[in-house]
Amino acid sequence: MRALLLIIALIATPVFAVQPDEVLDDPALELRAREISKGLRCPVCQNESIDESNAPISRDLRILLRERLVEGDSDQEVVDFIVARYGEFVLLKPDTGGANLILWLAAPAMLLVALGIGWGTIRRRGQARGAQPDALSDAEKKRLEEILEP
Amino acid sequence: MITELGHFALILAFIVAIVQMIVPMIGAHKGWRSWMAVGDTAAVTQFGLLAVSFAALTYAFVVSDFSLNLVFQNSHSSKPMLYKVTGVWGNHEGSMLLWILTLALFGASAAWFGGNLPERLKARVLSVQAAIGVAFLAFILFTSNPFLRLADPPLDGQDLNPLLQDPGLAFHPPFLYLGYVGLSMAFSFAVAALIEGRVDAAWARWVRPWTLAAWLFLTIGIALGSWWAYYELGWGGFWFWDPVENASFMPWLLAAALLHSAIVVEKRETLKSWTILLAILAFGFSLLGTFIVRSGVLTSVHAFANDPERGVFILIILAVFLGGALVLYSLRAGAMESKGAFSTVSRESALVLNNILLAVSAFVVFIGTIWPLIAEVLMGRVLSVGPPFFDAAFTPFFVGLAVILPLGAMLAWKRGNLGRALAQLRYVLLLALAAGALAWALQTGKSALGPVGVMLGVWVVLGAAFDLWSRSGRGAVADRLRRLVRLPRADWGKFIAHAGLGITIFGVAALTAWQVEDIRVAKEGERFDVAGWEIELRGVERVQGPNYVSTQAVMAVWRDGREVTVLRPEKRVYPVAGMPTTEAAIRNGILRDIYLVIGDPQTDGGWAVRTYIKPFANWIWGGAILMALGGLISLSDRRLRVAAGAAKRPRNAVPAE
Repeated sequence: MRALLLIIALIATPVFAVQPDEVLDDPALELRAREISKGLRCPVCQNESIDESNAPISRDLRILLRERLVEGDSDQEVVDFIVARYGEFVLLKPDTGGANLILWLAAPAMLLVALGIGWGTIRRRGQARGAQPDALSDAEKKRLEEILEP
Repeated sequence: MITELGHFALILAFIVAIVQMIVPMIGAHKGWRSWMAVGDTAAVTQFGLLAVSFAALTYAFVVSDFSLNLVFQNSHSSKPMLYKVTGVWGNHEGSMLLWILTLALFGASAAWFGGNLPERLKARVLSVQAAIGVAFLAFILFTSNPFLRLADPPLDGQDLNPLLQDPGLAFHPPFLYLGYVGLSMAFSFAVAALIEGRVDAAWARWVRPWTLAAWLFLTIGIALGSWWAYYELGWGGFWFWDPVENASFMPWLLAAALLHSAIVVEKRETLKSWTILLAILAFGFSLLGTFIVRSGVLTSVHAFANDPERGVFILIILAVFLGGALVLYSLRAGAMESKGAFSTVSRESALVLNNILLAVSAFVVFIGTIWPLIAEVLMGRVLSVGPPFFDAAFTPFFVGLAVILPLGAMLAWKRGNLGRALAQLRYVLLLALAAGALAWALQTGKSALGPVGVMLGVWVVLGAAFDLWSRSGRGAVADRLRRLVRLPRADWGKFIAHAGLGITIFGVAALTAWQVEDIRVAKEGERFDVAGWEIELRGVERVQGPNYVSTQAVMAVWRDGREVTVLRPEKRVYPVAGMPTTEAAIRNGILRDIYLVIGDPQTDGGWAVRTYIKPFANWIWGGAILMALGGLISLSDRRLRVAAGAAKRPRNAVPAE
């Protein structure tokens, strides 16, 4: 049992993201801190924001960004401060600079292309066999009546 | 002995699959019936052999045979029996065996239920299906053999990842695989049709049930994974846009598009080549998903199962099948002549728009998922694409889908009237707007997310209900109700699945917009207030589990001076695997979940405690269950029953649409 307790003590990493002692007294500032930390990636984790992460470095970063906020930095300044130290890897929302423009414009561009192709198809189908299709032919209408009459 | 039998059965299945790949294809080409018939026998035999192989591996896990390397690495004698069994697929080798077993199951099902398929088509479908099987059996045998022995068997195993020792996650992979692999049928049918050079309404009717089945299993699999993340990871998130989640979401989106376009092929004999392309892409994305998970090329929380060398093998499989099918497509798609004409405003056009939105949204997920890879390889930029990007880029597509869904469903085939559809839906529209306005007025924050979610949810659910009701014809309410019950199951399936989508959209928006979080140090015996609920930490106990030690808090929840419930959030440590996990305690409710997490003891007394009030959380998965249920009901429609359907169809049967 003692061995077991030792093991527990050794691997008792904090199983917790934001901890009570980190929370700022000013609710407005704390809200800003949370928003910023949701957009920053934990540098050592796999796809977790520092807001969710239990890693010690995430805790350090959460405390660091709160310190910056308390000193009066704007949100952007805080983010820039951390990006300058850890690289753009920590940005969960990539910026729009350089080639990243492709990433951001891919969806709207693809939608336009798809809509163009779709519209072309619909037009072609509409003109297939010359005239616009009738809503229902007389025979079809008659058949429909038969079905709808119980 | 049993292990060797399983290993032998696996090798035999590989040989049978090779035969099944070659013989029926030649038979179909030459018109030799006896050669074509080999496909049926081989498909069933292959499935039987793989079932034996899988059973042998399961047996090794159940009896904890640690002379097997795989069992040693992923099991432990003190693990509960349920997790010994689910541990079979809680690792790379075993999960690949499950993958291939599922593939063979679908092949055998085509042999069993494909009685009314044209001989030639069936032979080709089974041959293509077997080709996929050969590729993956080679993958298992040459890179990931689950039956490798250890020369010196250790006394006990290394245990399964504790995060996987959970009922939600235990059954998440089998459902996901049924979905992933189920799309192989659509792929095989598409390739067979390209080889034949013919696609018609009958083809679409055969493809639809397989796609529907794959889609509904994917829905269940994804929902299970999301639900697991919600209660297990400790902060109640339900979707993280993780590469591996995206890997399952892309096929789901494309399968949903395929379901709808196959309806157009079946009813109107048009959009044929697009539907074929979708079938190829949907399975292509399944393979891509397998590649992403198995190679670990995009690191993620699912890293328990990755290995770059195996990734190369899967990448080759992906390139051969996707590339081969696309080349075939580019050569033969021109032969798919569309027949039905339709005007600009029609059900067909609405479904084209549905397909555009679903396919482009899948593309958005795709580019966001692989962008870090592209940026690093081509530009040397190490960057991340996370939830903020996907939320911004993906959400508009589902808003668009929700907006057009009720209108499109009301439009007539061939030529519809948008004005009339809008007029018919005017009360639904008014109700949706009113509900959104009400939500806006009631909420305290300023975000539009909640009200928009309410509006879209009401619009889609009531729109689906109105669509169903309008199908009951005219006359007295009693007559209409009688007719409503007798409507084809496909109509009911459509209603339930669409309503499920509306409910999920509402749940996601409501939870995201209105959840309340509270982080604090709680002292024992002290009560604190969270959004009108009072929480009391009564005490913290140490509890010994079967293969873990737990720190368990006892917390009472009060409302209006009355005790509502006592919850026991835990922090567990699994000594063998050396991993801590959080077990949140959740009081599930229709209107809200109360979600409690216990953290570490504080130096000056008390415990760190997190409390969440999560409104309408269960609606997210409730909606997903409804979607799957709708698919199931639609699948049970006799028009779709593969064996019974076409053969017994009365000549003058009327499509219900």
